[in-house]
Amino acid sequence: MTMRGLKLLSMVAALAAALGAGAFAFSSTGDGWTAQERNQIASLSLKTLPALAPDPSNPVAEDPRAATLGEALFFDTRLSGNGKVACSSCHLPERQFQDGTPLGKGLGQTARRTMPIAGTAHSPWLFWDGRADSQWAQALGPLESAVEHGADRTSLARLMVANYRDAYAELFGPLPAVDELPAQASPLGSPAQISAWDGMTDADRTAVNRVFANIGKAIAAYERHIMPSASRFDRYADALATGKSPHGILTPDETDGLRLFIGKGNCVNCHNGPLLTDFHFHNTGVPSRADLPADSGRAQGAQKVALDPFNCLGQFSDAAPSDCAELKYMQAEGEELLRAYKTPSLREVAKRSPYMHAGQFGSLRQVIAHYDAAPHAEAGHSELQPLGLTDKERESLVAFLQSLDQE
Amino acid sequence: MAAILNRVALLWLLLAGVTIACGVAAAAMMMSPPKDLDLSLRQSSAGGAYKIVLEPGTDPVPLRQIHSWTISVTTPAGVPVDGAVIAVDGGMPQHGHGLPTKPQVTKELGHGRYLLEGVKFNMSGWWKLSVRVNGTKGTDEATFNLVL
Repeated sequence: MTMRGLKLLSMVAALAAALGAGAFAFSSTGDGWTAQERNQIASLSLKTLPALAPDPSNPVAEDPRAATLGEALFFDTRLSGNGKVACSSCHLPERQFQDGTPLGKGLGQTARRTMPIAGTAHSPWLFWDGRADSQWAQALGPLESAVEHGADRTSLARLMVANYRDAYAELFGPLPAVDELPAQASPLGSPAQISAWDGMTDADRTAVNRVFANIGKAIAAYERHIMPSASRFDRYADALATGKSPHGILTPDETDGLRLFIGKGNCVNCHNGPLLTDFHFHNTGVPSRADLPADSGRAQGAQKVALDPFNCLGQFSDAAPSDCAELKYMQAEGEELLRAYKTPSLREVAKRSPYMHAGQFGSLRQVIAHYDAAPHAEAGHSELQPLGLTDKERESLVAFLQSLDQE
Repeated sequence: MAAILNRVALLWLLLAGVTIACGVAAAAMMMSPPKDLDLSLRQSSAGGAYKIVLEPGTDPVPLRQIHSWTISVTTPAGVPVDGAVIAVDGGMPQHGHGLPTKPQVTKELGHGRYLLEGVKFNMSGWWKLSVRVNGTKGTDEATFNLVL
C-alpha cells in the first residue's frame, strides 16, 4: 500500500469516527440516554403505577373492616385440615409474602413456587398459570388443596360461625345455619368429602359456596393494598424524568445493566411497566422438573379459569358481565399457551431466590445465563432468542436487578 | 517495516470498526420496527373490496389495559357496509407471538361501524392487526401496522 492509500484509509477511518460521534451527540443528552430510552426508563418507575382500579367482583374490596377480617383469616392456622397451615405459612410477610423455597409446603408439597403478593391487585390473572382471575378467587385455591391448607368448605363455614360470626355478618349478612351440614364436605376434596358435598341440597351448597367466596373476598381486601415500595432504581428513573441529575444514584455497573435491560437483553419486552411485568404468559423454555407431574402452564390455567365457579362471570362474583372483559376475551387456546407462565414482577427480585415457576434456578446468574442461551422449549415454542452476552454484561444485569430492592 | 505494521494495524482497526458498527445495527434491529411501515389506520382490503378504518377507543393506545376499538367498513365508493362478519387477529412479527387476547366485534354501531372489544397490547414495539371482513362484497382482508 502506498502512502496515499494509507492516507485515504486514515481519512475514511476519521470520517467514520466523526459520524459515529456525531450520531451519539445528536441522539443523547448529557446522561448518555436517548430521549426514547429516557421515556422507557420513566415508564418503569413506580410513580407511574396507576391508581388501583375498583374490583367490581368484590363489594368489600375497599372496606377496611373486610381488610381487618381478611388479615385475621390470612394468619389463622385453623383454616386448614391439621390446624397448622395459614396463608402466612407460605406467604411470609417478612419475606415479601413468599417462602424462599423452590416449592410451597403446606400439608404436603405443591408443584409450584410460592408467588409474592405485592402489586397482585393490579394483575388480571393470578397464579403462575392464571387459573384465577381475582385475588379473592386465588385465595380459595390453596384452602382446598390437599397439599396446602387441606381444608374443606363445610369445615370453613363452621369455623366462620364459631370464630368470626359478627365480623362476617357486618360485611356480608348473617352466616347460614351450619349444624345440620356434613362435618367435612367439598366438591374438590377426598372421595368422602365429595360424596358428602353431593348429598347436600342445592340451597345448602350455594349458601356454603357463598361463605367460601366471602372468605376469599375478605382476604383479598387485606391483600389488595400490599404494594411494592420504591427502590434506588425508581429514584434514578424519577430524577431522569424530571431533568435532575441521576448521577451517583446507580453505580456504573447498574447503569450498564439497565441499558441491557431495555436494550440488548430484551428483558423489557415482558418485564415492562411500573411493576416490571406485562401480566401475561410466556414460554421461555424453562426446563420442567423430573420430580413433578407434567405441567402445561397457561394451556391448563386458561381452561381452569374458564370453568372456575368463582371467576368474574360466576354466580359468586358481584361484577356485571361487562366488567369481565379479561375473562370474556381471554386467549384460551393455541400453542403459545403451552408451558407459558406468568411474567413475575421483578421488584425486589434479588431477595427472592429461587426463581421460575418451580424454583428451577437458584440464582439470578443462572436465570440470566438461561435467557442468554435461550434453549429450545421442551414443549411448545420458546419466545427467547440467544443474546450473546459477555460475562461482564451478565454481571451488569445482575447488578441492575439488585437496584430494584426497596430502599 | 514500521509502515507495513501501521498499515496492518489500521486495516484491523477498520475491520474492527465495521464489525462493531454492524453489531450495533443488529442490536438496534432487534428492538426497532422497520422504518418504512405504513402506519395508516385507513387501509383498502387486499382484494380492493372494502375500505377499512380503525379507531382506538383510547388515545394514546394503552399498554397492558384491555380496551375497545371502532372499525368502519365502506365500499371503495364510500358506501357503508352493514351486517358484515368481522374477524380480527394479529401479533408481533419481530417476536413471533400473537395477540394476548381474542378481540371480538360485539356490536354493530350503524353506518358501517362496528365495536371491537377485548383489544390488548402487552408490550411496546411493532404490532400487526389483520381485519377480515365478510360482507356484501365477499370476504377480504386488510392489514394494519401499529407501533407502540
